[in-house]
Amino acid sequence: MGSWRVYPAVAAGAFRRYATYRAATAAGVFTNTVFGLILVYTYLALWEARPGLGGYDQAQAVTYVWLGQALLAMLAVQGGGFETELMERIRTGEIAVDLYRPVDLQLWWLANDVGRAVFQLLGRGVVPFLFGALFFPAALPGEAAVWGAFLVSLLLAVLVSFAIRYLFALSVFWLLDGQGVAQAVMVTGVFCSGMTLPLNAFPGGLGEVVRALPWAAQLQVPADVLMGETAVPAAYLFQAAWAVALLAAGRLVQSAATRRVVVQGG
Amino acid sequence: MADAFIELDRIEKVFEVRRKTGFLKRERRRVRAVDSLSFRVERGEMVGYIGPNGAGKSTTVKMLTGILTPSAGRLRVAGIDPSRERTRLAHRMGVVFGQRTTLWWDLPLIDSYKLMHRMYRIPDARYRENLDRLVELLGLGELLDVPVRQLSLGQRMRGDIAAALLHDPEVLYLDEPTIGLDVISKTRVREFLRQLNTERATTVLLTTHDLQDIEQLCSRVMVIDHGRLVYDGALAGLHEVGESERTLVVDLERELPPIDAPAPARVVRVEGPRQWLAFPASESAAGLVARIAARYPLVDLSVREPDIEAVIAKMLRGTGDVPEPPPDRDASPVTEPS
Repeated sequence: MGSWRVYPAVAAGAFRRYATYRAATAAGVFTNTVFGLILVYTYLALWEARPGLGGYDQAQAVTYVWLGQALLAMLAVQGGGFETELMERIRTGEIAVDLYRPVDLQLWWLANDVGRAVFQLLGRGVVPFLFGALFFPAALPGEAAVWGAFLVSLLLAVLVSFAIRYLFALSVFWLLDGQGVAQAVMVTGVFCSGMTLPLNAFPGGLGEVVRALPWAAQLQVPADVLMGETAVPAAYLFQAAWAVALLAAGRLVQSAATRRVVVQGG
Repeated sequence: MADAFIELDRIEKVFEVRRKTGFLKRERRRVRAVDSLSFRVERGEMVGYIGPNGAGKSTTVKMLTGILTPSAGRLRVAGIDPSRERTRLAHRMGVVFGQRTTLWWDLPLIDSYKLMHRMYRIPDARYRENLDRLVELLGLGELLDVPVRQLSLGQRMRGDIAAALLHDPEVLYLDEPTIGLDVISKTRVREFLRQLNTERATTVLLTTHDLQDIEQLCSRVMVIDHGRLVYDGALAGLHEVGESERTLVVDLERELPPIDAPAPARVVRVEGPRQWLAFPASESAAGLVARIAARYPLVDLSVREPDIEAVIAKMLRGTGDVPEPPPDRDASPVTEPS
């Protein structure tokens, strides 16, 4: 395990590391805002034609859009988090360096991703969200308790998001190349997290399925907690169950994977 | 039994490799990367570990550091079975790869050191003391606040060596520590390693392609080929066994017939006024140079060291002991230890 104090240090380092990419952050904020605008007008048209779609009114649909843009980078819904680096390290064999350390591999990368997520929430999330709340109708709660519940839900979302991508990344031990995996992370992330359309609005059986998958824990559940569309304990239970299951699966795969380390490079 | 710090007893490592042989067809093949390898290294020794690419060097190091489990045999480092107690051993060892870095790429060098401080639970006073000493010896003072990605290769290498030593490891594994470095950086790294070994009695296992690393640092050298130890002894002995030769390159004033050199030295190539003479690596070049200078219009000269691959290849040919690459396709099933 190593010393517990190393993990906060890793998270702090990851935070500072992302903070050094200022131009990328600014470009990201701009992109999220523009995409938010496009989606908002699309949603407005859609909810005009289908009022109450997915149980949301127009203000809720718009809030959902801005929430999605604000959390996109934080939850690395399209990839681009720690897993890009981890896959590259596995591919080049550089992962060996990580294994020489007296630390737990999964906790090490989790700490890394938490540091990154916190930076992305502040650096990439706040501005698009405030922009949306200022210039468009919004369905935001007044009570601090709901915001608190939302933050907890967000933390659980970070764990699930990490756990999903950790499993994807470890597959490179067998696949030996991460390009296809990165694509898979992106496609499943965007579709199953509800980045295109709220999962609540998915019809019939498909809706039932995607709402039960772990990706639902990333955007849909925190959004519903914030807008009071779900019972908080049930939401936490759903997220925590997926987090525990996927993190445990990650540990299992990790122990199988590290035995294969040597195959890639000297 | 002396104080054997590293102990390998008939260690084997067999990998199963699957190869595509047609549409959806896979052929399973076992590759024996390390084959009945036994050696001991005493505490405080500095040993060169060399061999051609793919000989099993890094597989050995991976087993010594515990990230790979031997298929058979007994392995102990500081009395610990590395693969069973990798994390415990990690606190007592340092690893440096010439071509890889443990440092935090985007952050200042000092941030990586602060992380090591936490990672290895180094007591504060100890950390300060070690950091100061390493910064001074490796000349890192100016570099601590520079992001690692802006460091030159030589600077980064020194930074990596410091990172590997902050927690006072008892053993240091070095893989090509001088690769790609300029002469000054090489000298600096070597001097530091020598000092570390004498002052702190750190056991060092050095993997390299640079014969000069070995020459200047190691009294003992082990040669591995096809997963087997084919030589273990002094470097001089390796030269003798391998009949390795150095090359003296002389530039004369004008084109002349091949120099009449005293045997066993001989001219191996002539190109205009430049001539190449081969002579045994175990002999000094001084006599030969003096003799040529006295009798020929000498303008310039240089001595080239034999490269390690050539020495080993020659040695293997010389003893007639060139093991065939073991195909290992038959044999009994190999169980991969967990």
